[in-house]
Amino acid sequence: MIYKDFNIFSAATSALGELGKTGDWRDLKPIIDYGKCIPVVKDKPSCFLCWLYCPEGVVSSSSPPRIDYDYCKGCGICAEECPAKAITMVEESK
Amino acid sequence: MGYDIVWHGRGGQGVVVAAHILAQAAYLEGFGGITSAPQFGPERRGAPLTASTRISSTTIRTVSQVQKADIAVVLDPSLMRIINIAATLNDGGLIVINTNLQPHDFPAYAEYAVATCDALHIANGCGLLKDGSAVVNAPMVGALARASGIISLSSLEKVFTERFKGVLASVNLMAVNEAYVATILKKRGE
Amino acid sequence: MSKAIIMTGNSAAALAAKMCRIQVVAAYPITPQTSITEAISNYVESGELKAEYVRVESEHSALTVCIAASTVGARAFTSTSSHGLLYMHEQVHWAAGSRLPIVMCCVNRGVGAPWSIFNDQQDSVSQRDTGWIQLYCRDNQEIIDTVIQAYKIAEAVSVPVMVCYDGFVLSHTMMPVVVPMQEQVDAFLPPLKTSGHLDTANPRNINPVVFPWRRADSQGVMRDGYMEIRYKLHSALNDARGVITQVNGEYARVFGRDHGGLLWDYNANAAEILIVAMGSIASESMPAIDSLRAQGINVGLIGVRAFRPFPKLEVREKLAGAKAIIVLEKAISYGHDGALACELKAALYGSAVRVPFHSYVAGLGGRDVNAKEIEAAITDSLKQIAEGNLEPPTHWLNCRTE
Repeated sequence: MIYKDFNIFSAATSALGELGKTGDWRDLKPIIDYGKCIPVVKDKPSCFLCWLYCPEGVVSSSSPPRIDYDYCKGCGICAEECPAKAITMVEESK
Repeated sequence: MGYDIVWHGRGGQGVVVAAHILAQAAYLEGFGGITSAPQFGPERRGAPLTASTRISSTTIRTVSQVQKADIAVVLDPSLMRIINIAATLNDGGLIVINTNLQPHDFPAYAEYAVATCDALHIANGCGLLKDGSAVVNAPMVGALARASGIISLSSLEKVFTERFKGVLASVNLMAVNEAYVATILKKRGE
Repeated sequence: MSKAIIMTGNSAAALAAKMCRIQVVAAYPITPQTSITEAISNYVESGELKAEYVRVESEHSALTVCIAASTVGARAFTSTSSHGLLYMHEQVHWAAGSRLPIVMCCVNRGVGAPWSIFNDQQDSVSQRDTGWIQLYCRDNQEIIDTVIQAYKIAEAVSVPVMVCYDGFVLSHTMMPVVVPMQEQVDAFLPPLKTSGHLDTANPRNINPVVFPWRRADSQGVMRDGYMEIRYKLHSALNDARGVITQVNGEYARVFGRDHGGLLWDYNANAAEILIVAMGSIASESMPAIDSLRAQGINVGLIGVRAFRPFPKLEVREKLAGAKAIIVLEKAISYGHDGALACELKAALYGSAVRVPFHSYVAGLGGRDVNAKEIEAAITDSLKQIAEGNLEPPTHWLNCRTE
């Protein structure tokens, strides 16, 4: 290979926040009520539908689940999918 | 020094293979320039088709279709009723026909050298069959060798031995040899 | 001297691909290309070639498979013709843009409508601006040698190579071909020791959306914008001129056959009239030139092997002494001129070569072009030039034009 330039085609290393902190795109903020959240209530790893459905991958599959608000865009899919209705979208004061 | 040979047959008769075998034998014979081509286009079983072989002592640069041949080899004599093969032959050319007739039975070709060989009979006799049908291309290559003198029987034998193994090789060789012996040649004006 | 084997152009291409030890093959049948991949599938089936043969439902998928394979560092091969090439057009761009050293044989065939299965070069010529290197072959020996050279070139400059040759005229015509020794091919073309663009130790996202501007990625590395990536592709094709010449020279030293790097010539030194052609029509012109020279006409031939990158300076040099130029070609840029004629005229602009220029479009859709017709065309052009018709519109050879 005479081409030592590794940058001859388009490539990117996968990394958190390629486009900066996208959390500030958010209008509504998902808040988890751990009193209703299934893994917390049952005290064992279960459900995690919020983690599964989040298109941004900002929800952790831990108990309790945690949302990385630095990058959550507030789409509301987690609230829609939560079978226990544990997540509500609340207005944020900016 | 060169020869243009056109093979007339029908799809499935092994016209392209015959042209290829001639090309290989000519190469063994020491000719440096050889091309062998089917008539370009779709191939259909039973439809009339041609293949051509160009043989030359020097490298052949031309890849266009043969317009006029020095030798025409007719694998299926019924084609002579629908194709004017004389019109595709150079003056003084040779026509080699698979037929049970004799050269003098083709008065329309009096201006040409005519060779005949009953390849169908030979193939059947030798058991040279494919899917139940006689294979006439191999004996007709033998007939061409005899009538034209361009390639020797020994070169042909080498090609067949390389191409086929076992019984298939011996059956083919038997048919080629029989055809070589049985071919009747009438020179122009004879 | 190795023994020659009488074989078709397609057999030569398949054998060359096998000798290059290709690792992944994907192709879809189309006349007149099909017998290449038939032969390769036989090699794979018999175990002669250890390669992954991926069956696909279209040419678009065939090239996509090659792109995926090449992305992880496999030596990939495909072949197609005409509508197959056009159906994969999107991926033809994608392969070049991804800088993948894929080799594809394009067995040249006319393009519909109307349907034709016969030969001309409109298919590959219409892919001129996809960023592929395009090499055109004049005979079956050149096909086997060019496929082997193509991998060496492609892997040196990270640009895919299209090896183009005329359908039926070469693909289905048998001629003696000297087959190189496998050990020599192995030494000439060592295995591709690369993980390609992807590496499990260093995971990356390939071909994400690129912005018009350059920008720093999340790790602070400056990444190119679209134009920089395009400029690098353009530069690579420009650099490929030297590489094609060098690889041809190396091949000639090892294997004893020199097909010319970017172009070749026949009786061109000190010739006053120069014929320029590409592919089998160039070969067909050689007997015409012999015949004309026997009549005392000082005519020679330039065969263009590399259409992309176009050998601009080399063409200028070869044509420097010409008193007239006549182009013969099997493709047309509708509404302008023959495709090769356009390139030649552009290459000559600003040079000292300002001479009568005739161009012929010939053999479209498989219309036979023979040496006698070429000879007559050249004779006619010379007569026209003598009468002052110095740069007429493209002639259509052997075509009813009223």
